[in-house]
Amino acid sequence: MSDAAPPTEYDTDRDAAEVSALSKPSDEVILHARGVTVGFGSTIVLQDLDLDVYRREILGFVGGSGTGKSVLMRAILGLTPRRAGEIEVFGTNLETASDAQRHAVERRWGVLFQQGALFSSLTVRQNIQVPMLEHMRMSDRLMDELALLKIEMVGLPRSAADKFPSELSGGMIKRASLARALALDPDLVFLDEPTSGLDPIGAAAFDDLVLKLRETLGLTVYMVTHDLDSLHSICDRVAVLGEKRVLTAGPIEELMRFDNDWVQEYFNGVRALRRV
Amino acid sequence: MPCPCQSPQADLDADVGRKVYVAHGTLGKGVSPVCQRDGAGCRGSDEARMTIHPVKDMPTLTVEETDDLCRIVPAGAWTIHESAAMEAQLAELKLPDGVRPVIDFSQITTLDTAGAWLLHRFRGDLDYRGVRVDLENLRPSHRVLLGEVEKHHPPPWKPERRPASLVRILETTGREVVEIGNDVRSVLHIVGSLVSVLSGVFLRPRSLRLPSIANQFDRTCIGAVPIILMMSFLIGAIISQQGGFYLRQFGAEVYVVDLAGVLVLRELGVILTAIMVAGRSGSAFTAEIGSMKMREEIDALHVIGLRVTEVLILPRLLALILAMPVLTFLSNIAALFGAGLVSWFYLDMAPRVFLDLMQVAVTIDTLMVGLVKAPFMALIIGLVASVEGMKVGGSAESLGKHTTLSVVKAIFMVIVVDGLFAIFFSSIGI
Repeated sequence: MSDAAPPTEYDTDRDAAEVSALSKPSDEVILHARGVTVGFGSTIVLQDLDLDVYRREILGFVGGSGTGKSVLMRAILGLTPRRAGEIEVFGTNLETASDAQRHAVERRWGVLFQQGALFSSLTVRQNIQVPMLEHMRMSDRLMDELALLKIEMVGLPRSAADKFPSELSGGMIKRASLARALALDPDLVFLDEPTSGLDPIGAAAFDDLVLKLRETLGLTVYMVTHDLDSLHSICDRVAVLGEKRVLTAGPIEELMRFDNDWVQEYFNGVRALRRV
Repeated sequence: MPCPCQSPQADLDADVGRKVYVAHGTLGKGVSPVCQRDGAGCRGSDEARMTIHPVKDMPTLTVEETDDLCRIVPAGAWTIHESAAMEAQLAELKLPDGVRPVIDFSQITTLDTAGAWLLHRFRGDLDYRGVRVDLENLRPSHRVLLGEVEKHHPPPWKPERRPASLVRILETTGREVVEIGNDVRSVLHIVGSLVSVLSGVFLRPRSLRLPSIANQFDRTCIGAVPIILMMSFLIGAIISQQGGFYLRQFGAEVYVVDLAGVLVLRELGVILTAIMVAGRSGSAFTAEIGSMKMREEIDALHVIGLRVTEVLILPRLLALILAMPVLTFLSNIAALFGAGLVSWFYLDMAPRVFLDLMQVAVTIDTLMVGLVKAPFMALIIGLVASVEGMKVGGSAESLGKHTTLSVVKAIFMVIVVDGLFAIFFSSIGI
């Protein structure tokens, strides 16, 4: 195996611009939710919530703490039971789907949990290989190479491959977890606060990475985030969760004119203005 | 699927003087990409190539060779889902010498990082051997992807090797020995800090944390009563039944009372209780302290200025030291009750007789020999559990491992210490 790669002839920057023009969101709905109601005991967290996510878009999700952003994500993933409503992912209703259909959907999505949720008794490399081992049949060599490739792509040092999650810093856990979410090159990734706890440079690199993955792999990104920079720089649309439903969703410029106190405070408040 | 044209290569050779190879591997899936048309024979490589992509998006690889050019055409979906087939096809590909290879991307329907990596690796391998490979018909998205892959090129792959087994055995043995030394040190460390905390209690009685001790006592003692009563009752009944069965052959069934009384009060009551407590409370201590360690709660206690020994270990140990004699006593009573019941129904010994014989067979010393051991057993179980809990690392696996070790070590130590006590008591003549 040659370490000396062939000389670069891929003019990535020029192409990236060209590609991003091509990779605008399409009209195809990849995730379709209608009338979703989720509650715990006597409290209703989400009521009659409707949401569409389009292929190849980067959708940012905002909302005050405790408005149910993570609950909605978990409901979509089927981790939290819902009281009413329908959710279709890739045209499959996960509630009525057969095991095989469910399996097919699970291969096509990747999830980055807020705390990383890396398996603590496996190394980073083994963590990334878990979905590959489970869903694919491939050689050890290819698995190792792809795992290392993903590790590098998400910006982790090579030495992190054989470390255990307890030996990683918070930012590294986020990246390792993203690498695991991307292990099967999914069509749809859910990111729960991916840039919280990262330094601004790391967060910007993370945003770049998400953008680049969308361009190259046609990724659809569902991102819960409070990072105003991410919302401004990479999100095609931003959805606001409040009053137990999606208040509004649209490009950020529209949201900044949306007539709601919380939204106004959020996008045009002191912190938002200070960053300009 | 039978191929309509028996020797496509010969046909092609005759037709246009170009050769078309198909790397076999996924072709068993259905249609042969070369000869799937009218059955009249293949007419030329251009046409042959055009029929490649209808194959159900399976990744395939064809090679067309002209005089000085070797065109490698991957087709279909080059994604991770069929990566094993893709890798095999690339590995089987034999390129003739002295031609310039070109990879043509025009037939690829989908390309992801796995596909891009495989093609990049293939190209890098050839490059390493001095064969330059050109890329053709790259879409911009392919180029970005290949660029990404190249930028994050993983290091050359080396299969993992394990050292020879003898060395490994020696290494493990050595590590275990060092580990035992560390264990002893940490037990001494905890005992030391316990003594210092306890001496502080006289100056500051509040540091004893009575509510915490009461809570732990409730969990380790009150909660354990039913299971310990049940288990001891059964063991007592079994001893007396088995003993009675054999002793009756000599007409000596009255000695069942001596057997059960001495055995239960001196040894079995305390041992059974210790084993049950190690399994119930020792494992709980380890898991509690261990998971607090995992989630940095222990560190939080440190920085708030609390002593882990004082807050977590001392209340548990004191509660256990109080609980063990109580539980042992209850266990003794239950076991004797079971023995009495079996003597009555199985050996026809009236309860009155059983009690009279018991009074002759055991003295208060017999009971005390058992009860005296109880606090020591509690100390051992508590210390082992705490030491193992503090050793838990960052992973769920280590939590499980140390909880297991805690129970195993505690039971082992309990039996060893019981043996030491037996030697001690017999040498002082009790």
